[in-house]
Amino acid sequence: MSELFVPVLLTIITASTPLVFAAAGEVVVEKSGVLNLGVEGMMIVGAVIAFAVGVKTESAALAIISGAAGGMLTAFIFGFLTLRLLANQVATGLALTIFGLGLSALIGHGFVGKTFSGLPKIGVPFLEQIPVLGPLLFVHDILVYLSVIAVFLITYVFNKTRLGLIIRAVGENHHAAHSIGYSIVWVRMGCILFGGSMAGLGGAYLSLAYTPLWVEGMTAGRGWIALALVVFASWRAWRAFFGAYLFGGITIIQLHAQGFGVDIASQFLSMLPYLATIVVLVLISNNSSRMMLNAPADLGKSFHASD
Amino acid sequence: MRLELRGQVSERMVYCSPVFAVIMTFLTGMLIFSFLGVNPTQAIITFFVEPVSSIDGVAELCVKATPLVLIAIGLSFCFRANIWNIGAEGQLTIGALAGGGLGLLFFNSSSQFLMPGMLIFGILGGMVWAGIPAFLKIKFGTNEILTSLMLTYIALLILSYLIHGPWKDPEGQNFPESRLFPEAGLLPIILDETRLHLGWIITLICVPVAWILMTYHLIGFQIRVMGMAPMASNFAGFRGKNIIWISFLISGGLAGLAGTIEVSGPIGQIIPVISPGYGFTAIIVAFLGRLHPIGCLLSGLLMALTYLGGDNAQIELNLPNAVTGVFQGMLLFFLLASDVLVRYRIQIIGYKNKHRNVE
Amino acid sequence: MIFKRLILGVFLITGMLFNAADGSAAEKKAKVGFVYVGPIGDHGWSYQHNAGRLAIARTFSDKVKTTYVESVPYGADATRVITKLARSGHDLIFTTSFGYMNPTLKIAKRFPKVKFEHATGYKRSKNLATYSGRFYEGRHVVGLIAGKMTKSNILGYVASFPIPEVIRGINSTIIAARSVNPKIKIKVVWVSTWFDPGKEADAAKALIAQGADVILQHTDSPAPLQQAQKNKVWAVGQASDMVNFGPKAQLTAIIDDWNAYYINRTKAMLDGTWSSQDTWGGFKSGMVKMAPYNKAIPSDVVAMAEKAKDGIIAGTVHPFTGPIKDQSGKIVIPAGKMADDGMLLGMNFYVEGVDGTIPK
Repeated sequence: MSELFVPVLLTIITASTPLVFAAAGEVVVEKSGVLNLGVEGMMIVGAVIAFAVGVKTESAALAIISGAAGGMLTAFIFGFLTLRLLANQVATGLALTIFGLGLSALIGHGFVGKTFSGLPKIGVPFLEQIPVLGPLLFVHDILVYLSVIAVFLITYVFNKTRLGLIIRAVGENHHAAHSIGYSIVWVRMGCILFGGSMAGLGGAYLSLAYTPLWVEGMTAGRGWIALALVVFASWRAWRAFFGAYLFGGITIIQLHAQGFGVDIASQFLSMLPYLATIVVLVLISNNSSRMMLNAPADLGKSFHASD
Repeated sequence: MRLELRGQVSERMVYCSPVFAVIMTFLTGMLIFSFLGVNPTQAIITFFVEPVSSIDGVAELCVKATPLVLIAIGLSFCFRANIWNIGAEGQLTIGALAGGGLGLLFFNSSSQFLMPGMLIFGILGGMVWAGIPAFLKIKFGTNEILTSLMLTYIALLILSYLIHGPWKDPEGQNFPESRLFPEAGLLPIILDETRLHLGWIITLICVPVAWILMTYHLIGFQIRVMGMAPMASNFAGFRGKNIIWISFLISGGLAGLAGTIEVSGPIGQIIPVISPGYGFTAIIVAFLGRLHPIGCLLSGLLMALTYLGGDNAQIELNLPNAVTGVFQGMLLFFLLASDVLVRYRIQIIGYKNKHRNVE
Repeated sequence: MIFKRLILGVFLITGMLFNAADGSAAEKKAKVGFVYVGPIGDHGWSYQHNAGRLAIARTFSDKVKTTYVESVPYGADATRVITKLARSGHDLIFTTSFGYMNPTLKIAKRFPKVKFEHATGYKRSKNLATYSGRFYEGRHVVGLIAGKMTKSNILGYVASFPIPEVIRGINSTIIAARSVNPKIKIKVVWVSTWFDPGKEADAAKALIAQGADVILQHTDSPAPLQQAQKNKVWAVGQASDMVNFGPKAQLTAIIDDWNAYYINRTKAMLDGTWSSQDTWGGFKSGMVKMAPYNKAIPSDVVAMAEKAKDGIIAGTVHPFTGPIKDQSGKIVIPAGKMADDGMLLGMNFYVEGVDGTIPK
């Protein structure tokens, strides 16, 4: 059984990791009261820059860092427009996606058909020896570990630290936070840049590890799914993590079901993740008081001190 | 530099800021084009002038703008009420399936009622699909951003299922396309030798109707109150639930109408890809148009022009499609950024001045 | 207002300048236009068509100007773009995806002087020709090799959409594979997309986990091949030679080679001999080619593959030669008979040996 079990679960981990990065980053952004719908755009810029740097320098570390930086730079455009110039967040985010898809195609023009060796797998000493669990949990590339660490850190910061408190305050009621003396713009800018770098890492994972290649439009809508996961997770990083794995899991399992000859129209199988998300969401939101506590009250609203 | 809130919206800036944005885009665009080794003036002309330098070009502009404007008008109602329906793409698809399905059912009909029937079915289809997030929001408090987005994916898969299965053209050698609609199920062309169809007239009628509804009718008033102060709407004695229903149904209905117009106008059958993302692009159009029907009309036309310009740049200048995306994104950034001038005044102030302000 | 007027003025003046410049520099070059469904950077379908365009540009550099529009969605946009090409003085226009069929037909009627060519469709008119590749011939050769190379007797097939083109490929592969090894089964996973590297890779992984040791694909990205390389199983490239994505794994690749066809048709247009026709080219016309075989394939298998290929070219081998049974065991092509093109074009059943059913 474990012969099939382990590879299936490993596939789920690979399929979920880019979503974890992007969704966890967006959780932080939205917690600070900003709705950035440009995740797809930031992801794909991260993907192309990581791949380009990877091919040019053959250094995985540099590639990963530049992927994060690429996402961050794209996010900066969004931050500048929405925070400094108070542009509408929903529209700016969508424009960012159009822009990012175009920009990535321009940058990636010379990299179609090139290959990258992929990221090396790193085993955790001793733990990797455990049967079944060892190869499943403790032999991965650096980005998979990083995605888990990031989720832990984000959860920790929001629950235990002053910084988390500040971000939440800014997202809940920016006027109150402003009157206590926090700089709304800078806190939000920090969160947007962080979210951008996470989306960039998600993209980098796609082009460096998941499928180490560059082709135009290779994110194929994963940024949108990450956005959905954030709401699905009711703005909690660890729930976004599980949401990503649930989503990745359903996708992979339906591919396996087909391999076993399950007779069902592939379109209906493909629908399952989305239907599941809606159902789970309805179940969660039925408990409306909890939902209300987690949703940042000032989400999507521009802030200006004199408003 | 400092932004200062204007006492009221600047009338002058409402009109000047888009012009300002377009000029900025031209300038940066020219920089990029010369960087890419293309004559910048020629590039700008290719992008913005040539596409509409003929009757046919203008007709194409209107054809492309039709779905964008219709959907954006509907979304304006939602967004004004602070209801985030971002699933117009799905509502468009289901509308197209409902309306187009009727056309396929009566594929050898020549009744003059077929066309109106299709349009009504399209509206109803869009309304049904938009009704789901409305229902879930009211009944369970489920976030409509997520449900409407998820329903978009599901709608696209339903389309994919139908077109690869039961709705496939029986004489089509198994290719994923439906039959062609009968003549009676096609929107009439209103300008000979072009593709300009009745859908554009429908759009032009929708603009003033929506304007009146939004500005002078009680519904529009309630929607605006709900958007600005949800609590106040309760005091004012009308229920938020109704507003959620109304704004979702208006936007879903218009998106569904847009979908039917697409399939029965320029397409003429049901195909695996009905809309290249009109439902999402229309969100941008709605905001560029400041959630006002006339604004939506203008911004829809501008948006359509960037697509036509993109085709043209590829054909005439051999610029890759990617450049269109970058250019379009930039134009949107500038337009969105220039909005700031409408509500805020930019003040350049010296250090001393600033210092005094803080104290 | 002043701004607007200023801009308008600038436009008018520059516009006049350019028109003047255009008029003086008018030289008579024929124009050939292409419409692609994907980006030219997809490394698959559109990439290969664009390679064909570049071949025209190289061959007729002094006589022909080529243009293209990429990522053109089906529907309203396709009609607009094709019309635009027809209007802007193109003499020959290639629309390179199935979904452009009805728009191309409509526009061909409106522009009787312009010549159109539509790939993979079946509707023709006086100035609209059709063309496509007999990729199933390549799949026959691939099936033979896969049949010899598999140890697990399970082939994995990453498929896009259940249209005849794809089903024909699956059938052709399994018929050939079972002719050398009757124990073989083929597992098919439909990903419902032509292009999503991640999902294609996941499907390949699922197939590998279920025991497939040769991965075949009818989707556009090199991702399945990469997965095969990673998991040390075999795979076959699609559309172009993808060997640098999986140098160990790629047994061979079925290459769509449009260059010769495009050059011929352009030449016919220039010579005035162009006429509407239907071309379904395979190995013989060079539209379908095999990439160099992997060194690891034993020489007798290569010889067998080459023999089959030569047989197809000579007309002595047909990939769909009876007796062929469908999944229920019913004979669909009787012994000694071959499937005709009509049957091939509309194929919507699986033959014996395919696991699962065609999604409805």
